[in-house]
Amino acid sequence: MAAAAAVAGSLLLTVGCSSSSSSSGSASGNSSSGANWATAASVSAGGGMNALVAAAKSEGTLNVITLPSNWANYGTIMKDFTAKYGIKINDANPDGSSQDELNAVNQLKGQDRAPDVLDMGTAFAVKGAQSAVLAPYKVATWDNIPADAKDANGQWFADYGGYVAIGYDPAKVKTPPTSFADLLKPAYKNQVAINGNPTQASAAFSAVFASALANGGSLDNIAPGVAYFKKLHSVGNFVPVTASAATMQSGQTPIIVWWDYLLASEIGPTVKDLKIVIPSDASYAAYYDQAISKYAPHPAAARLWEEYLYSTTGQNLWLQGEARPIELSTLVKNGTVDQAAYKALPPAPAGNVTFPTQAQQSAAENIVAQQWSSVIG
Amino acid sequence: MAALGGSGGIGPPRSGGLRGVVPPGWHSTVWRWAVLLATAVYFLLPLWAALRFAGISAFGSVVGESGFTSSLGLSVRLAVITTVITIALMLPTAVYVHLRLPGLRRLLEGITILPIVIPPVVLIVGVLAIAPGFLKGTSWLLALEYVILAMPFSYRALDAGLRALDLKTIVEASSSLGAGWISTLARVILPNMRTALLSATVLSVAMVLGEYTMASLDLFQTFPVWIYVNSQTSGQVSVAASLLALFVTWFFLMIITVLGTRQSRKTGGGEVTLFTVARTETRGD
Amino acid sequence: MGSTVAAPGSLADPGALSPPGPSGPSRVTLALRWLRKISGIVPFAVFVTFGLLLPMVAVAAGAFQNNDGGFTFSNVSAATHGIYLKGFWQSIILSVISAVIPGILGLIVAYAIFTAKRAQVLRQVAITAAGVFANFGGVPLAFIFIATIGSSGLVSQWLTSLGFDPYAHGFTLYSLTGVIFVYLYFQIPLMVLVILPALEGLRPAWREAAANLGARTFDYWRYVAGPVLLPSFLGCVLLLFGSALSAYATTEALTNGTIPLTSIQIGSFLNGNVIAGQENIGKALGLGMVVIIAIAMVFYVVLQRRSAKWLR
Repeated sequence: MAAAAAVAGSLLLTVGCSSSSSSSGSASGNSSSGANWATAASVSAGGGMNALVAAAKSEGTLNVITLPSNWANYGTIMKDFTAKYGIKINDANPDGSSQDELNAVNQLKGQDRAPDVLDMGTAFAVKGAQSAVLAPYKVATWDNIPADAKDANGQWFADYGGYVAIGYDPAKVKTPPTSFADLLKPAYKNQVAINGNPTQASAAFSAVFASALANGGSLDNIAPGVAYFKKLHSVGNFVPVTASAATMQSGQTPIIVWWDYLLASEIGPTVKDLKIVIPSDASYAAYYDQAISKYAPHPAAARLWEEYLYSTTGQNLWLQGEARPIELSTLVKNGTVDQAAYKALPPAPAGNVTFPTQAQQSAAENIVAQQWSSVIG
Repeated sequence: MAALGGSGGIGPPRSGGLRGVVPPGWHSTVWRWAVLLATAVYFLLPLWAALRFAGISAFGSVVGESGFTSSLGLSVRLAVITTVITIALMLPTAVYVHLRLPGLRRLLEGITILPIVIPPVVLIVGVLAIAPGFLKGTSWLLALEYVILAMPFSYRALDAGLRALDLKTIVEASSSLGAGWISTLARVILPNMRTALLSATVLSVAMVLGEYTMASLDLFQTFPVWIYVNSQTSGQVSVAASLLALFVTWFFLMIITVLGTRQSRKTGGGEVTLFTVARTETRGD
Repeated sequence: MGSTVAAPGSLADPGALSPPGPSGPSRVTLALRWLRKISGIVPFAVFVTFGLLLPMVAVAAGAFQNNDGGFTFSNVSAATHGIYLKGFWQSIILSVISAVIPGILGLIVAYAIFTAKRAQVLRQVAITAAGVFANFGGVPLAFIFIATIGSSGLVSQWLTSLGFDPYAHGFTLYSLTGVIFVYLYFQIPLMVLVILPALEGLRPAWREAAANLGARTFDYWRYVAGPVLLPSFLGCVLLLFGSALSAYATTEALTNGTIPLTSIQIGSFLNGNVIAGQENIGKALGLGMVVIIAIAMVFYVVLQRRSAKWLR
């Protein structure tokens, strides 16, 4: 497995700290739960689970950021957390990006509205760790997270992920597509779309990466992916709009290439019998990462949230959102996995998944940035 | 307009053959209605296409969600504060520069257009740097940022209105009659800038009611943010939600516009409306 | 201007060596008067300094910094080559077209509203509608147009059923032309709102007088309305230019970045989910936008001066 963390570790040594934070650093909105939770690096170090729950309850609030309620079942997760502990959750900037999360941590430092916990792409988690704005914390089930999916110090750790998949509306798409090669067929004229701009949206970027793998490229070479979309456009199948539930429902984009769990949670509820299939000629997966802000206004609530997410309940809730939680294999082994949700997942392709390293990702980003506009000529 | 065709022998040659048969000025009426009709089609047809897709029931599920009134209240409050500060800041400045510092007019135009090209995520930086601590945690900060964002539009509307006046003359007339600075501003300049003020107000209010980026970066749940959050359940609901935002904005603007275009026929209230009175008399169209 | 002239009637005259001349105010008085003169714009200046100039300095500073904080030209260099240079070009072309066309159309619409009978109701409706549409953009706007003239849109399907499929004949919404067509949706209302106050400067009596003197419509515009409106018109077009230049969400939703535009590229650096650690290139691009608008201002000033001469 490509060691994103190992490469990140070496990056930490070679690249200097970049914190160009333009913070105001004014009056601090201290939470009342005591400073020790703000620096506790694990539940035991802070005084045990009961102490954590008590401190979190006395804080009473948790600020999360960029978590749409229909993204990987977060709506249910947040409701469940509030019901269980009575802690109110403020979900700000639901449409925001990973960069927005880091910006908010820096710009709102010291304010009561600043975000407590973050859910970001790995490149940004690494950057946050470099800028020293993340608090090291190891959840109770730390050992169940694979070594290459977490920061050695606990500043960030993978949470859930999925595969790039093809989702389609069977009412409008009569011949089911099963691969990227299939999508080039004339039957799918004006039907195929992705969810955004690959230089900005990681789902779209991953779609391009996946199509590269399907067309003779590799993690080192994303150019065939761009060429694929160019071909897709020249045969008239590609619709260059940002696909969404609305565009599929209204028949504008009956086929969308997106994360499998997002197809399930964002489009599944509105498009009857949505079919999700992982392309047979390419399997590309990625995980997002959790992190706690060093300046969290509610440090105990933040840590309780993480413990909750990495408990069996939390992991299964993600599974119910058709995302693959990072501790899935442990859950399966221990028999604590939610069987129904597990079976509902699109069948994973055989073999291990390789993740691109930071270097490979940066190189790929540059190629996409330069070449994407040539897709429609 | 009425005088156009009836000017005797020397008139527009276009309708020469039909003169005497068709009432004068008809072709300008036709032209006007053609323009307005084309405009209406261009603006309303896409809305209707969206409405057709969304369906009426989708609206119900949006309005029923919690937070509708609180987020709308926040947005309206912000709109009021922003507009008041904007007008209070921009109007005297614009008048002052036009009167006393005409050399700075270009500089002012250049400065006021800058906020439009600066990314919101960067604009926040400056305001955060100066805002005192007690202000930062509140939505007043957002109002200040909105004043900056509204500046290009409000200044342009006010500037257009000022250019339409013969500012120097009426101010001189006013001061020669003994009015002070404030009196001149309130009773001479303001009434003659009704349309400009209305445009500036409408632009500011509409901007605040529809502004999403800055509010979400600042982590406030204003109405557009709330609309977005609650449009997640389905495609139809998301379209219905954005149409709802449109109608709500339209409703508030309608109130402002109706209040703002009521011609005050009473000139006895101390308002000097030389030009507005003259205008309503001579526009015999 | 070196000599201080004694104030009239003053006995003290330290500058006795200066040649006698017409007595005038001392430099201190002049300075005080100047201060009093500009004091009227102090509140505005303070506000603008912190709200606008400070962020601009931050952008400029960031544009020349590398990730360690040291000085570098690499960001500016990256921002002015390759796809980013193309982005600047496309943005400028898009913005110029999206400023001039809606500018003219907006003026026509505004004039139609301004000169109508029963002006009151029409004007209320128009101003309200203009305010609403001027701020309607982004994903919802993209959606309503996709639903209308997208490849499976209402109008597209209707035209196809009549025998003419626009997409088979090369028309597409997802191109620069399509984007311009969509931009009209908020640019025209914006123009209407900002030019309407200027139309107040056209006294109806002038139209009648011109007609009585034998002027045709063209002459009226050439000699009467044109010169009165032109300065405001140019200013409004400048505003439209800036508005088009910075518009971002609508194009993004319509084209997914397949058309390189600076505003979208800035977004991918400053607000993105893919590229991390290169915000300074984003800031360099932002600096580029400021430069573009400054150049546009220069054009604007030159045009104002030239046109003032033409139309006299």
